Amino acid sequence: MAYVAVKGGETAIDAAHAWLAEERRGDTATKPLSVAQVQEQLGRAVDRVMAEGSLYDRQLAALAIKQAQGDLIEAVFLLRAYRTTLPRFAHSKPVETDAMRIERRISAIFKDLPGGQVLGPTSDYTHRLLDFSLLDEDGAVACPPPVAGETEPMPRVSDILRYEGLLEADTAGPGDPGDLTREPLAFPAGRDVRLQALARGDEGFVLGLGYSTQRGYGGTHPFAGEIRMGEVSVEIEPAELGFVIDIGDLVLTECQMVTQFKGTKTVPPQFTRGYGLVFGFHERKAMAMALVDRAMRAAELGEDATAPAQDIEFVLYHCDNIEATGFVEHLKLPHYVDFQSELQNVRRMRAAAEAAE
Amino acid sequence: MKGYNFAYLDEQTKRMIRRALLKAVAIPGHQVPFGSREMPLPYGWGTGGIQVTASILGPRDVLKVIDQGADDTTNAVSIRRFFAKTAGVRTTTATAEATVIQTRHRIPEKALRDDQIIVYQVPQPEPLWRLEPSRVETRRMHGLADYGLMHVKLYEDIARFGQVSISYDYPVMVNGRYLMSPSPIPAFDNPKMDMMPALQLFGAGREKRIYAIPPWTRVKSLDFDDHPFRAINAPHACGLCGATDAYLDEVVMDDHGGRLFVCSDTDHCAERRAAGHPGMGGTKEAAE
Repeated sequence: MAYVAVKGGETAIDAAHAWLAEERRGDTATKPLSVAQVQEQLGRAVDRVMAEGSLYDRQLAALAIKQAQGDLIEAVFLLRAYRTTLPRFAHSKPVETDAMRIERRISAIFKDLPGGQVLGPTSDYTHRLLDFSLLDEDGAVACPPPVAGETEPMPRVSDILRYEGLLEADTAGPGDPGDLTREPLAFPAGRDVRLQALARGDEGFVLGLGYSTQRGYGGTHPFAGEIRMGEVSVEIEPAELGFVIDIGDLVLTECQMVTQFKGTKTVPPQFTRGYGLVFGFHERKAMAMALVDRAMRAAELGEDATAPAQDIEFVLYHCDNIEATGFVEHLKLPHYVDFQSELQNVRRMRAAAEAAE
Repeated sequence: MKGYNFAYLDEQTKRMIRRALLKAVAIPGHQVPFGSREMPLPYGWGTGGIQVTASILGPRDVLKVIDQGADDTTNAVSIRRFFAKTAGVRTTTATAEATVIQTRHRIPEKALRDDQIIVYQVPQPEPLWRLEPSRVETRRMHGLADYGLMHVKLYEDIARFGQVSISYDYPVMVNGRYLMSPSPIPAFDNPKMDMMPALQLFGAGREKRIYAIPPWTRVKSLDFDDHPFRAINAPHACGLCGATDAYLDEVVMDDHGGRLFVCSDTDHCAERRAAGHPGMGGTKEAAE
C-alpha cells in the first residue's frame, strides 16, 4: 500500500517562507529597495496603507509595502497587526481642518472664494502618457519656483454657505466618539462609527459604492463643495498637565459634498452634507467616502433606503478589506472534512433518488 | 517572546475576552459581542479561536491544535507554532495529554474530560445567516427564540429530498433555548457536544462574537420526531487502523476510482495502529 499519512507541514511552511523571501528580494543584480525610497517616491501607496491601516506613520507604512512586495492590502494587514499592539496613551483634540496648512484646495461650486482655488500637486490635468524618461531618471527634477502669494485664511466652503443658513449645521454626536477597533460594531451605528469604518474601509469598495449612488442606486445629487489637503496639527491635553500640547502633524484630505435636501415639515429646504476625511493625499477615497456617508444618512433624513450604499449594515460589514480578504482567502484552507460530509450527503441523496425511480 | 506579552495579547485585552467568556458560559449558546483584536494571522483563519485560547492559556497548560482533525495540517501547524513562540507552552498531538484543544472543523474521537477545554474556530457564528443575512434581524430572532425559519428550512429539505440536506455546521439547540452554530464540524460530531464533560468555547474573530457551552449541557441537533437527526459518515472502515466508529476522510489513490478511507482524527488513528489494530487498505471499486 502506497499511502502514508501526509506529514511535514512544518518543513513545507519553512520552505515556503524561504522562497517568499527570495521572491521578495528579486534579482540580486538589482539594488535592494530602501524603505526611504518607498516612503519618498511611492507616497500615494504610503497614504493608502496608512489610511486603511489606521496608523499614521509614513516609515512603517513604507516598510509594510516593501515587506508585502507592494501588495497594498497585505501591507495594510501588517500595519494593523502592529497597530493593535500599541498602547493608547491619549486621545487627541479634534483636528481643525480650517486651520490646515493648505497644499491643495478646490471648490466645484464657486468660481472663486476667499483663499482662492489652489491646485497643488495634482495629477488631475496630466495627460496619461507613459513618461519614458522615467525609465532612466538621473535624479534632478525641474520644478518652477513657487509663486509667492500672500497666505490668506481659507475658510471652509461649508462655513461660507452656513452664513446664509442654507447648509445644515455641524452636529457633534453625543459623548465620546466610538472606536471600532476596540468595541464591536452595534446597530444602529452612529455616524462617528460609520465615518471611522469608511475612513479605514477599502478604497475600491468605497469607490464602487460611491459610484453606484451616481448611477441611480441611492442618488444624492452631490456637488464637490470643497476638497482640501494639507497639514494639520495634532494636539493632546494630558490630564496631569491641564493644557494643550502639540504632538505632531498629519497630512489629511477632507471632502465636503454638498447635496440637496427638500426639507420636511420642521426643517426648511437646505443643503445637506456628506463628509470624507482620510490620512494622506487621498482624494479619490475622500470623495467616495463623502458620497457613501451621505447615502447612509438616508433613513436619518427621511429618504427611502433601498440601495446598497444606503444599507448601513451592508456597507459597514463589508467595507473592511482585511476582514474581507481573510474570509475570502480562507477558502483555500483545507475543508476536506466538510467536503467529505457533503460527498456522503450527495451520494446518499442520489441513491435515494435512484431508488425512487 | 521578546517584546510581546505572554500568549501575545496584552492583559487588558485578555481580561475583556474573559469577561465575554464568563457571560457566554452564563448564557449557553448566546453570542456575546466582544472587542475582537486585529491579530497577526488573517481573519477567517482562526483569529477568534486564537484570541480565546490566548485568554485562557496558562504557563502549565498543554496545547493541542487540530484542523480537519489532524495535527499536521498547515494552519494547525502555524497556530501551534504561534503559541509555542508567544507563550512557550508545551504542545502535544495526543488528545488525552492536552488541557486546551483548539480545533477547526472537528471534535476529537476520544471523549474529552472535565479537566479539558475545547476551543472552536468559528467562521460564521450566526446559525441563521443563510436564511436571514441581516444581523440586526437575527439578533431579534434570537431574543424572541423565533426559530420558525430554521424549522421551515428543515421541513422543506425533507419535503424535497426526503432528508435534511445539511451535512456540516448542522444547527443545534443549546440548553433548550438558543439556536447555535456548532461551527463547520461534520454533523457526525454533533452528538459529542451533548452533555460533554469538557468546557466548550467558541471564538469568531472577524464577526466579533464569543459563545460557549458549559460542561454537562444539553445540546440537541434540530430534527423532527418522525425524522430524527442522523449523523453521516462514509460506510467504510479506516483503511489504516480498521476503526468503524471514527469520522473518515476520503483519499483519492488513482484516477480509476480507487479510494482510501482513513480516520480524520490523526491522533486517534495513530494510537489505534500503535495498539496493533490493522487496516484493510484502500478500496478499488468506484466509491458510489
